[in-house]
Amino acid sequence: MRVRGEALDFITYIRENRERFTELLIQHLELTVYSVLLAVLIAVPLAILASRVELLAKPLTWLGAIGQTIPSLAILALTLGWLGIGFRPSLVALTIRAVLPIFLNTYVGIRNADRSVIDAARGMGTSGAQLLFLVELPLASPVLFAGIQTATVQTVGLATLAAYIGGGGLGDLILQGLAMVDYPILLAGAIPVALLAIAAELLLGGLRRLVIPAGLQTEGR
Amino acid sequence: MIRLEHVSKVFTSRGQVVKAVDDVSLEVGAGELVVLIGPSGSGKTTTMRMINRLEVPTSGRIIVDGRDVQEMDVVALRRRIGYVIQQGGLFPHFTVADNVAVVPRLLGWPRAKRRQRAYELLELVGLPPDQFADRYPRQLSGGQQQRVGVARALAADPPIVLMDEPFGAVDPITRKQLQRELRRIQSEVRKTIVFVTHDIGEAFLLADRIVLMSEGRVVQDATPADLLRRPADAFVTEFIGEDRGLRALQYTRLEELAGPAPAGQSPNGVVLPGALSVLEAAREVGKFENATGDGFWVSDDAGRPVGYLTYLQFVALLGETIAPEDTSGKEPAHAVSA
Repeated sequence: MRVRGEALDFITYIRENRERFTELLIQHLELTVYSVLLAVLIAVPLAILASRVELLAKPLTWLGAIGQTIPSLAILALTLGWLGIGFRPSLVALTIRAVLPIFLNTYVGIRNADRSVIDAARGMGTSGAQLLFLVELPLASPVLFAGIQTATVQTVGLATLAAYIGGGGLGDLILQGLAMVDYPILLAGAIPVALLAIAAELLLGGLRRLVIPAGLQTEGR
Repeated sequence: MIRLEHVSKVFTSRGQVVKAVDDVSLEVGAGELVVLIGPSGSGKTTTMRMINRLEVPTSGRIIVDGRDVQEMDVVALRRRIGYVIQQGGLFPHFTVADNVAVVPRLLGWPRAKRRQRAYELLELVGLPPDQFADRYPRQLSGGQQQRVGVARALAADPPIVLMDEPFGAVDPITRKQLQRELRRIQSEVRKTIVFVTHDIGEAFLLADRIVLMSEGRVVQDATPADLLRRPADAFVTEFIGEDRGLRALQYTRLEELAGPAPAGQSPNGVVLPGALSVLEAAREVGKFENATGDGFWVSDDAGRPVGYLTYLQFVALLGETIAPEDTSGKEPAHAVSA
């Protein structure tokens, strides 16, 4: 009874510390959105390159896999040594983690695009760029978008770790709550993060309908 | 229009050298429908794909409209050559109308003109535009998708169309229907068509000329009637199959058999159109129970009498057509040009 009462106190905590909470929430969103956007800007061109230059496909996939295998905390520690503490190294670390799902999905999406469609498009006289933008990327878009969705939800969670290297975000509250063994503060960080992850999933699921071409809506995830 | 000069294509896979196409020379005239046929691995598809440079010949030259294709801009070349493939290859994210208008779009036609052209072509291939234009490919049956594929190939009015087993993946009834439609469309648009198939019945139905290939080489290059009556070797005979006699009756036309019209005589009695197959002619002849005279006249497309056959000659030719190997050495009666 007492514990539950204490647990619900996290709402009271947020009310009483509205300014700090809002600041951390915005930081958290910024970390997530910027790192996913950066990851898209890095991963999509690399995936296109890999789909064009067969020789690069394997090394790039390995590189991405390494980025995915190293524990997040280790990446944070590494960027800490390289860029110091704060928002920027956190952003770099999160971006590194977000690149692989987007890279892999884009690459697989392009490679698994229906060969007969590509063959017909080439046979009709599409130039390289036309083939990419008119056919390959639209055909890959359901899988590509699923990759962005995965990366985003994952980044919302991982962004809590940014607090370890002074990157801010809702992780601050979790760390503080842990250090002080103060449940309301801990939950004031943890519960919004969980809700944020669900919200991101739903939002992107809705966005999917707008982004994926109509003829492909039933395919993919 | 299209000329292949000693074209070869060698693939190397896992250290093994495979001659997919071996010294093929052939010519396709303007407005002609030439069928490349052969068992799988005979090199027919590779031969076709070298024309629009989806494959590069190892040696030899391919001339389209007097120019070596290797020296032409590949994108421009392909936009002048319609292309239909077995799996359809429609863009799933494009509506039917947008699919038909892909090449016009690549060529930079204005939107309204593209749409109008797409509607015309959907009409031509028997898909009412107001019903089909805004659907997506996945909402169509296989046969309907192939019709869209044909419409798409014709959209920019290319002089040449390449068709790679375009009806191979649809059910037999739909296939028959599509074949008849293609004949009708071809009689309207008169394209230079290279058509790849492994279905001999389809070849006889559609071809002006059949090029039979085996192991990368041309075994015989002949009109359907010649292929039936004068197969080059045992492989051809075997490929055509056991119903060769029946096919010969179906595809040999009366005007190819008729002797010259007797000079100075005006036609009286029975006149049959030269475009009839021997089989159809035999049926017709049977209807004239009380015909006088020893034979019948053969007329050209305009109805002019151009040849004459006695009933006795006709019966003999029927026999020759069904079993040509018995007549080897003898020249068949020559065609009377219309």
